[in-house]
Amino acid sequence: MPDKRKKNLSKYTVDLNMPGAFEGETVTRRRFMNITAQGMGVAATMAFSLPALGFALGPIFSREPFEWQIIGKPDDFTETEYNLRVITLVPNVGEAGKSTAYIRKRWPAVDTEPEDEYNHIVALTSRCSHLGCPVRWVASASRFLCPCHGGIYDFRGIRVGGPPVRPLNRFYTLIRNGYVYLGPMYSVNVELRRFSNRDPGQPLDGIGQYLYPARFSTSTLPPTTNLPLPPPGIPAGS
Amino acid sequence: MPKLPAPPLPKALQPKPKRPGQNGNGKVDPKEAALEGGIHAIDWIDERMAISGGLRWMLFRKVPRGVNWFYTLGSATLFAFLNQAITGVFLAMYYRPDATGGAYESMRYITDDAFLGQFVRAMHKWGASVMVILIFLHMGRVFFFGAYKYPREMTWIIGVVLLILTMAMSFTGYLLPFDDRAYWATIVGVNINGTAPFLGPYLSDFLRAGPEFGATTLSRFYAIHMLLLPGLIIALIGAHLYLVSKLGISAPPWIKSHEEPELDIAEV
Repeated sequence: MPDKRKKNLSKYTVDLNMPGAFEGETVTRRRFMNITAQGMGVAATMAFSLPALGFALGPIFSREPFEWQIIGKPDDFTETEYNLRVITLVPNVGEAGKSTAYIRKRWPAVDTEPEDEYNHIVALTSRCSHLGCPVRWVASASRFLCPCHGGIYDFRGIRVGGPPVRPLNRFYTLIRNGYVYLGPMYSVNVELRRFSNRDPGQPLDGIGQYLYPARFSTSTLPPTTNLPLPPPGIPAGS
Repeated sequence: MPKLPAPPLPKALQPKPKRPGQNGNGKVDPKEAALEGGIHAIDWIDERMAISGGLRWMLFRKVPRGVNWFYTLGSATLFAFLNQAITGVFLAMYYRPDATGGAYESMRYITDDAFLGQFVRAMHKWGASVMVILIFLHMGRVFFFGAYKYPREMTWIIGVVLLILTMAMSFTGYLLPFDDRAYWATIVGVNINGTAPFLGPYLSDFLRAGPEFGATTLSRFYAIHMLLLPGLIIALIGAHLYLVSKLGISAPPWIKSHEEPELDIAEV
C-alpha cells in the first residue's frame, strides 16, 4: 500500500532528496508551478464565465417597478356583468406586452372572500391557469372558457372543469381620485387566499404551494402613494 | 486482297510512353504543370497539418458485413443539420429580433420581398421538421439494431443529448417568426417548463428574462437559438463522429461473427 510506505517519510522536501530543496520546504517547485498555473487558468476562466452567467441569470432575481394604471371609473362597472379592458403588463414592447382583464364590481352576495381596499373592484386576468391561453367570458353560459385545452371557470374565476390547477389570477385594484386603478397581478388558491403571482400550471392547494415557491421577480404590492393622476381631459369624480 | 496484320515490333523498337511532364518536344505540358502545382500545394499543407491521415482514418475505415441503407440515417441527420446551419446563417442576415413589431416585419420582408427569401425560409422551416424526423429514425435504428451496447454507450448518451438539444432548437426557433401562433405556443411552452417542481418557476423566469413575456424574451430566444445551441450541437456532433470512427460501427444483429457450423461440415 502506498499509504503505508509514505507514513515514515517526512513532509519536508529536503528529506525526500529533492534536488535544490530548501530547509523547511513542503511543496516541490514542480508541484507549486503546476498548482499556480492551473489555478490561474481557473481564475481567468471564472473571471469571464461567472459574470456572463450572472448576466444571463440576472432577470430571475431582479424586480421591475410596477405602475398602477387607470382602467375607468367605478360606475363603468356593474356587479353582475364583466367588462373587458385591454391592459399593459409590460410597457414598451407593443402588442406583446398587452393583455386583457375582466372587470366587475364586488358583489357581496357572491364574493365571500374578505373585503379590503384592494377588491372593491374585482379584476380577473384572461390568462388561463392551465398553460396561459386567453380565456373568454361567455355570458350565456356564465362561464370562462379556454380555447386551448377546455378549461372552464365559474363567475368568480374558480375552476369548475378541465385541466386548470387553480382559479384565474386576479389584479389588485384601488379606487382613488374617482378612478379605478389596476395594480399588479396575484394568484389565488381555491379558497381565494392571496399568493404572489405564479405562472400558469402551478397549483397552490395542498402541497402545491410548497412545490412551486414564490419567485423573486414578481411584484409585491406596490406603494399606493404616487398613483398616476387621471388624464387632464377627463373630469375627476363622477 | 485483305492485308495481313503487321508482325509485332521487337520491344526495343516499340514507341516508348512519354515521360511525365514532357509532351515529347522537351516542353512542360501546362495541364500537367497545373496538376503538379496543385499536388504540391496540398502536400505543403498536409506536411504541416497531417490532415490526410485523419481523413483516411475517418473515410476509409472498415465497416462490417451487412451494413445497409438504415446506416445512412445518421449522415442524413448530419446533412439536415448542415442545411439548418447554412440557411440559418443567411436568414440571420435579414432577421431582426425586435418584439415591438420589427421581427414580424423582417420575416415578412424575407418571405415577400427578399430574392429567394421564401425559398430559404422554407428550407429552414421544413428542414427543421426533417431533422427531427431523421434524428428519431436514427435513434430507432440504433435501438432496434442494438448498436447502443458496449462499447458504444457514450455514443448513445451523446446522441440522446443531441436529441434534447435538437428539441430545444425547435422550441426556441418556433418563437422567431413572432406571429400569433409563435407567441402563444411559446407562452404555453414556457408554462409547461414552469410546471417542474421547485426549479420550474425560476426556469420560466430565465427563459422569459422576467416574470412576463417582455422586451428581451425574443432576443434571448434568438441568441439561444443561433449561438448557444448550435455551438453545443457542433461540439457534440464532433465527439459523436469521433466515437463512431474510433469504435467502428456495429454489424446488423442478423450477421454472425463466425461461419455457420453446417456450412463448415458441408464443405468438408
